[in-house]
Amino acid sequence: MILSVENLSFSYTHRPVLRDVSFTVEKGELLSILGPNGVGKSTLFRCILGSLEGYGGRICVDGRDIRTLPHRERARRMAYIPQIHRPTFGYTVLDTVLMGTTRQLSPLQQPGREQVHMARAALERVGVFQLAERNFAHLSGGEQQLVLIARALAQQSDILIMDEPTSALDYGNQLRVLQQVRALSREGYTVLLSTHNPQHALTFADRVLALQDGSVAALGPSGGVLTPALLRRLYGVDTALADTPGGPVIVPLTGEEVR
Amino acid sequence: MGTQEGRRGLLAICILAVVLLALFLLSFWLGRYDVPPLEVIRILLSRVLPLSPTWTEHMATAVLNIRLPRILLACLVGACLATAGSAYQSVFRNPMAAPDILGASSGACFGAALAILLGFSRSGVTALAFASSLLSVVLVYAVACRAKGNRVMTILLSGVMIGSLFSACTSYVKLVADPSNQLPAITYWLMGSLSGAWMKDVGFAAIPMLIGLVPLYILRWRMNLLTVSEEEARSMGVHTGRLRLVVILCATVLTAVSVAVSGMIGWVGLVIPHLSRKLVGNNCRYLVPASTLFGAIFLLLVDNISRNLLAVEIPIGILTAFVGAPFFLYLMTRKENLL
Repeated sequence: MILSVENLSFSYTHRPVLRDVSFTVEKGELLSILGPNGVGKSTLFRCILGSLEGYGGRICVDGRDIRTLPHRERARRMAYIPQIHRPTFGYTVLDTVLMGTTRQLSPLQQPGREQVHMARAALERVGVFQLAERNFAHLSGGEQQLVLIARALAQQSDILIMDEPTSALDYGNQLRVLQQVRALSREGYTVLLSTHNPQHALTFADRVLALQDGSVAALGPSGGVLTPALLRRLYGVDTALADTPGGPVIVPLTGEEVR
Repeated sequence: MGTQEGRRGLLAICILAVVLLALFLLSFWLGRYDVPPLEVIRILLSRVLPLSPTWTEHMATAVLNIRLPRILLACLVGACLATAGSAYQSVFRNPMAAPDILGASSGACFGAALAILLGFSRSGVTALAFASSLLSVVLVYAVACRAKGNRVMTILLSGVMIGSLFSACTSYVKLVADPSNQLPAITYWLMGSLSGAWMKDVGFAAIPMLIGLVPLYILRWRMNLLTVSEEEARSMGVHTGRLRLVVILCATVLTAVSVAVSGMIGWVGLVIPHLSRKLVGNNCRYLVPASTLFGAIFLLLVDNISRNLLAVEIPIGILTAFVGAPFFLYLMTRKENLL
């Protein structure tokens, strides 16, 4: 067990957002988090990342409560890949990735040859080495997402936390990013990924955590948990599962079949 | 460090340093009292090397007592305002942030006006301007810490408000000042000028300037991480609250001491960081040194114009505004949106 969330509860002033959420993620596992808008996925991530405090329960990484970990120690264990990244000023791709190496430096240090090397290696790893000197703001959404993944790799943490990484991407880029993430988890990275697309969870994730009204609606292997009944419960829509040679596929029903 | 951007940044910084050095030497030669360039260099070297004087007493006075402190002060003030500007822009994630944003300038103006009203000596004016500038910033913080909502926004807003309070106080001081001698002195001070700079001013300014500059140089890589979202910066291991506070404090000390010794010199802190961005890119690692050098070059150049263009000296604050405001308009209307 590398990351464990125990009885996590969180409220914004009077509105409870998370209620008694518990789950664990093993090393090398890809856990996908599903749930309708506003169900608390982002709040859950913010608690795990340590930017929200005052929650009930415990979040442990490698058996240590994250509240006792200093910022740099936390950054050594977990890297965050946001949905969108809009810096105020246009940085080059290489600088963007270099920012990920900051946690290896003492506050008085500047990144040096070693960090540049790591940043380039990370870019190479996700296949966007040729973008190094380009302006991040001028890249396509898919390229940006890959660069952010490279930044997380340059951070050299074991756990990658991805907040809806594919929501702003076109179909091809969605798949390219998810294939990359899947490959990383096979190499031993632990990935926590929230998504709006149950098909992505079904195809790419090892396990699924479904949230409803701030509590766990289902938790288990993606093939076993993602049933039409669960999707009906989460999203209020009718679907069917179809077996194809490429794996199970969620088919949305148009409504006419029901009639 | 082996990147294209890094090589470009270092090259630009070296060129700026050479230009500054050349302009620095050239500035001694400019002026009403003519001193031959070779003599300028000999006089300057005579401070460190045992040279037998081939120059007149007047030349030495002009170079060492009149031009040297003024040139040094122009460089220091320009460097500090521009560096503070580049730091504020990162910290407030706002390309329009500038050194006067936290009320530091308005505070300094009030302090100076009050000191002139009370008949303080020149160094008294500088000291009170500095103290009052720091006071305004402390007030801005105190208000911003109590306000609810986005911290970046509340600091900006309370800066504007405290600044306007101090401006009102300054206006009141002007109202009650003796119109025959105090009021002109206050008005002239508020226009910003480096005339009559003494070595004492340079000495007074140098220490707080170093105190402000050194941490900004050390932390300049981390300043980049303040321009990304709070969540991301923290997840990369940066203690954003602490870092932001240190950067703001240092930039404010730089502003306060600059305004205290030179009066209101606007626009340097906004225009120069932007020009430097064009030169070396947005990475603070190169942006901060480039802004420092560029700011020194700019203010020295403008000060040379201000003391040589007309028979009467033009306050430097007026000239920087003449350059700064059109540049700002150009920034606003250009096609490519770099901000």
